[in-house]
Amino acid sequence: MQTLGHTFPKKRTESVSAVPVSRPVKTFATQSYLPEIVKGVGVSMKHFFTNIRDMIRDERPDPVINRFDVGITTIAYPEQRRLYPERFRGVHRLTQRADESVRCVACMCCSTACPAQCIYIEAGEYASGDSRRGYEKYPVKFVIDELRCIFCGYCVEACPCDAIRMDTGMHAVPYDSREQFIYSKDMLLSFTAGDGKQESENTRHEPGDATHPGVDRLHHH
Amino acid sequence: MPNYILYAIPKILIMVGFLFNVGGILTWVDRRQSAMIQDRVGPNRAVIKIGKFELRLWGLLHPAADGVKFFFKEDFMPPKADKLLFSLAPILAMIPVLCLVAVIPFGDTVCPDALIQTVGNVTQLPNIARSGLCTFDPRTGLQPIDLQIVSLDIGLLFVFAMAGQGIVSAAISGWSSDNKFSLMGALRASSQMVSYEVTLGLSVVGALMIYGTLRLGDMVRWQSEHAWGIFVQPVAFFIFFAALVAESKRIPFDLPEAESELVSGYFTEYSGMKFGMFYFAEYMEIVTSSMLVVTVFLGGWGLPFVHRDGITIAFGEGMLAQLPLPHLVVTVFGVLAFFIKTLTLCWIQTFVRWSLPRFRYDQLMGLCWKVLLPVSLANIFVTGVVWLLLDMAPPFVGNMLQLVGDATQGFVAVLVTFLVGSAVFGLFRSRTKDPRIIGASAELVRSAGKSPQSPMQA
Repeated sequence: MQTLGHTFPKKRTESVSAVPVSRPVKTFATQSYLPEIVKGVGVSMKHFFTNIRDMIRDERPDPVINRFDVGITTIAYPEQRRLYPERFRGVHRLTQRADESVRCVACMCCSTACPAQCIYIEAGEYASGDSRRGYEKYPVKFVIDELRCIFCGYCVEACPCDAIRMDTGMHAVPYDSREQFIYSKDMLLSFTAGDGKQESENTRHEPGDATHPGVDRLHHH
Repeated sequence: MPNYILYAIPKILIMVGFLFNVGGILTWVDRRQSAMIQDRVGPNRAVIKIGKFELRLWGLLHPAADGVKFFFKEDFMPPKADKLLFSLAPILAMIPVLCLVAVIPFGDTVCPDALIQTVGNVTQLPNIARSGLCTFDPRTGLQPIDLQIVSLDIGLLFVFAMAGQGIVSAAISGWSSDNKFSLMGALRASSQMVSYEVTLGLSVVGALMIYGTLRLGDMVRWQSEHAWGIFVQPVAFFIFFAALVAESKRIPFDLPEAESELVSGYFTEYSGMKFGMFYFAEYMEIVTSSMLVVTVFLGGWGLPFVHRDGITIAFGEGMLAQLPLPHLVVTVFGVLAFFIKTLTLCWIQTFVRWSLPRFRYDQLMGLCWKVLLPVSLANIFVTGVVWLLLDMAPPFVGNMLQLVGDATQGFVAVLVTFLVGSAVFGLFRSRTKDPRIIGASAELVRSAGKSPQSPMQA
């Protein structure tokens, strides 16, 4: 024992407090197995007849409100869907301006804020002659890897232009291959909000508009 | 062609048709019912679409879809399997089940010339006497028809002989599969079936002593004159029923195909329609065993107070009411009663499965050899002694017993009426809802009214 270099701890002398476990009493009733069968069948039958009645009367408990009641509370996805809260974060979309061009100005705020680093933006200048040239850029490429996305919504928080939103109400869909999860700019632009709109609630003030609050080439404050 | 063969064909069609259809439906019942018990939806997706019209039938098309799938699946055979025996086993599983129904009567003897009579221009449905066993009528050339494919003198013995053949298919399939799980499953199946076969046979000996016959039709006649077998031999009924469930290898006795231990027992290696035959034979075994229990213990085609001449409600000597019914009506009632009783018992055998845990193998054997077998032997002894004593008893005891027998008929009538009534009553009772709103999602749904519904919910 000593050669191993350690000794066993001394026997504990303090009393150990323990709660005695009550053992089940074996009576003839429990040993004969029959009363328990009757009880178990009774429970099964309660559920069975409740659900049969629901099936015949074509009514089910509400799968969300009455989800703890006896009865079938299965949601038959995808035909039937859970009611989502208003601020449910679905797949992203890029909002549009009044002229259906992309609202994003390629400021990189979203891709910077993204903890999963799933947004890739390639910024480009508007063509010469375009009234926006010199004020803002536009995304030549705007790619989101939905496989990396963790649906945290930081991109939406970070966006100064209300250009990216997660109000589509769509789930991230399972696909066959990884390439299919790479959502391009055109795809993101084609998505609509839950109410079918492609714009945003907040109106965009283009440079040159009378409502434009900032400084532009024509208006000096 | 002799007449009896001509008569046998529709009877075979009725019995085998019932067996196959109910066997198929039972596969659906087993799945859908388990869903209902466990608060799930269950199979409801099989659909026939004709344009916009969808035929869904609460998932009743699933057995058909299963059948189609069985035929189109790859018919795999392990390379080192014994080819002949491997293919023979599923056939041997089906044959005894189908043979067994040959001796089971599904109705009282029909007198063909008394079904419909035409006197002049008037067609009438005649009555026959209560004890009236019709004889061969030379004028019409019609013989009385037993509603039973063959009326064997050794009826019940034939049933046991056929039921015993199930072991052969289990043993052969396990041995020929070249798989240790299959072999162990077969080992368990054969030892379990051999053990329970003994109990099965001995449990009905008491009933046989009382009925005094092996003919199943005469057993039913005795029961409708006196009292159902379940009241005469209650202990035998329970042992017989338990042993039958064990014979058909269903929960709680499904050790031979215990999924958690043996994959699926002796038919692990089977696929396609060969598996389908095992699967189907198992469900048909439920039907045949239910028929057997109905015949031996639950009065067969008999209904309480219904005799060959009509309804006679009488307790001992005291007649309460009498309603003569035509022979045709009584016969149809009898056949319906037999099949409804069979279906009810099938249903009981399937729902018991979802409440009971599986035995351990030593418990299974202990239950058979240490409990059921001694009890069935004691039952034989007690029955014999009581039977002897009753033979020597003064006649008023016999009258008393007849009164008690009639009381059991009344009890059955009241009980069935009560159960059916309470089921119908329960249909109109609205469900009790928990009024509490628990959680944010429930509050959201409450504010919107209710969760979105869909038509896909049959």
